[in-house]
Amino acid sequence: MSKVTFNLRDKGAQFWDKSPRWRRVLLSVIFIAICYALPFLNNPILNTPGSDFQSVLFYPVGMYVMMAIGLNIVVGKSGLLDLGYVAFFAIGAYTMAVLGTKTSLNFWEILPIGVGLAMLSGVLLGTPTLRLRGDYLAIVTMGFGEIVRIVAVNTSAIGGSRGIAGIPTPPPAFKAKFTILDPKPYYWLLLTFTLLIIWMVRRLAARRPGRAWDAIRQDDDVAQLMGINTRRSKVWAFVLGAAVAGVGGVIYASQILSIVPDQFNLNVSILILACVVFGGIGNLWGVIVGAVILAFTPERIRFLSQPRILVFGMALVIMMNLRPDGMLPKKKREHLEADWDHVEESGEGEIK
Amino acid sequence: MRLEIKDLHVHYGKIEAIKGVSVVVNEGEIVTLIGANGAGKTTMLKTISGLRPVTSGQILFDGKDISKMPAHERVNLGLSQAPEGRGIFPGMTVLENLEMGKYHRKDRKSEMKEDLEKVYHLFPRLLERINQAGGTLSGGEQQMLAIGRALMARPKVLLLDEPSMGLAPLMIANIFRIITEINNLGTTILLVEQNAQQALQRAHRAYVLETGNVVKEAKASDLLNDPAVRAAYLGVGAH
Repeated sequence: MSKVTFNLRDKGAQFWDKSPRWRRVLLSVIFIAICYALPFLNNPILNTPGSDFQSVLFYPVGMYVMMAIGLNIVVGKSGLLDLGYVAFFAIGAYTMAVLGTKTSLNFWEILPIGVGLAMLSGVLLGTPTLRLRGDYLAIVTMGFGEIVRIVAVNTSAIGGSRGIAGIPTPPPAFKAKFTILDPKPYYWLLLTFTLLIIWMVRRLAARRPGRAWDAIRQDDDVAQLMGINTRRSKVWAFVLGAAVAGVGGVIYASQILSIVPDQFNLNVSILILACVVFGGIGNLWGVIVGAVILAFTPERIRFLSQPRILVFGMALVIMMNLRPDGMLPKKKREHLEADWDHVEESGEGEIK
Repeated sequence: MRLEIKDLHVHYGKIEAIKGVSVVVNEGEIVTLIGANGAGKTTMLKTISGLRPVTSGQILFDGKDISKMPAHERVNLGLSQAPEGRGIFPGMTVLENLEMGKYHRKDRKSEMKEDLEKVYHLFPRLLERINQAGGTLSGGEQQMLAIGRALMARPKVLLLDEPSMGLAPLMIANIFRIITEINNLGTTILLVEQNAQQALQRAHRAYVLETGNVVKEAKASDLLNDPAVRAAYLGVGAH
């Protein structure tokens, strides 16, 4: 029997389920506090020689985590392979850049517009394409990602290939000043939004939308027979994923101060997808762990300079061989073989 | 009259799979469609439940044409299907699978307990497996779960696609006994089967489907004794 395989996720879930409420609250508070305190933990183990640790926390680590959570709604929860996820990130970033430089709107006013535009483009892309399945959907979404980038390169009104510079920073909030020199407030801003998104995703996943996505991922036709409007559910998954990337894009643009279209290339989509797969497709905490590792490792080993991407790639290949379902896989039920020790042969058992 | 199919044509690309089939299912009946592989039986059911688009013809449910209605809305009318190959959600537990059957019901909270008990009464085995993942059930248990899940939607007409497929003979007999019981409780049933022997014994009326056409329509008991049907579907020496 192969059921002895150690599963960190199940152990964690077990511990969590058995914990009384006070312990859960306490652990959550400690965890969140550590997250907020991370910029001050400049210790030799987590340190990133060659780049500023506090900047690394914001980008790539924090940004990848947020995007991976968003993409996990699409890929992990509803099983739609999206290779053009960067497009929504780009739309968020460009909204911030264009409105920030051409109008007097500030960050907080632009944020909902950017998210709205990302969601709208999610609807526009999702409605016609989500009748496709599997590989076909992946190719169409990949095309969409490239279209957004190429349109940005060729539209001089939004700076063409030179992009947009001089994007304003957010106004001060809670005594924190957002400046190019200090990445900490941006990290806290990003962390706050990430926590909000985690809360939202967890609530959705436990309720009817989550059930519908589960059903669609496992069997699209049968989901329809259950009375689920599968088209609408899929578009919703797409739109929510787009909204998360939109938030990320707006925050990113306000920190980086200038954006160029080539930042939003296919590599980003693939890397975010890698975070999701590496961490454990469909499992929120796995995805977060995956994103942290994939974002942090290349920065941690930056002292290797040239060969670092090679080392990183090799580490990925080895890891995926050792743990093909990711670091923290989702509860393994879908592919389970029947446990014949406990299941009687069909027909032999008597039905009362 | 509950379900009436009038001159139905269905295509897979350019290939015509259903070539003008008319079927009537009256309230309270068990009607069976029998036929060999590729006769179009499953296509018929998929078209009735809305998973395949209709080329031409009508599907009347309680007198209303539903042939253009999307699948998920047909469930609301009281049309529920246990699909071919059972279609269990493998990653959900037995209970979660049954709950999915009620997904679209407005009164799902108040109905849940009562209907779960009904299903457990018909299939006590499901109660024993309640927290087991659907994918780990045996074939017979999965079929029970598929039928039970369809019943959770409180269907007026239950569509069953080859409930005997891949099951041991004893389990087949059990499943068919329960199908009759469900019918006695007031659910109209349209049953698609390759196992003509069992289907004809249980059904009131039957249609014989051959390459997309109905070649025979009669009382089930008559077909059971029909020499042509016996030779083609019941096999020589069938009892």
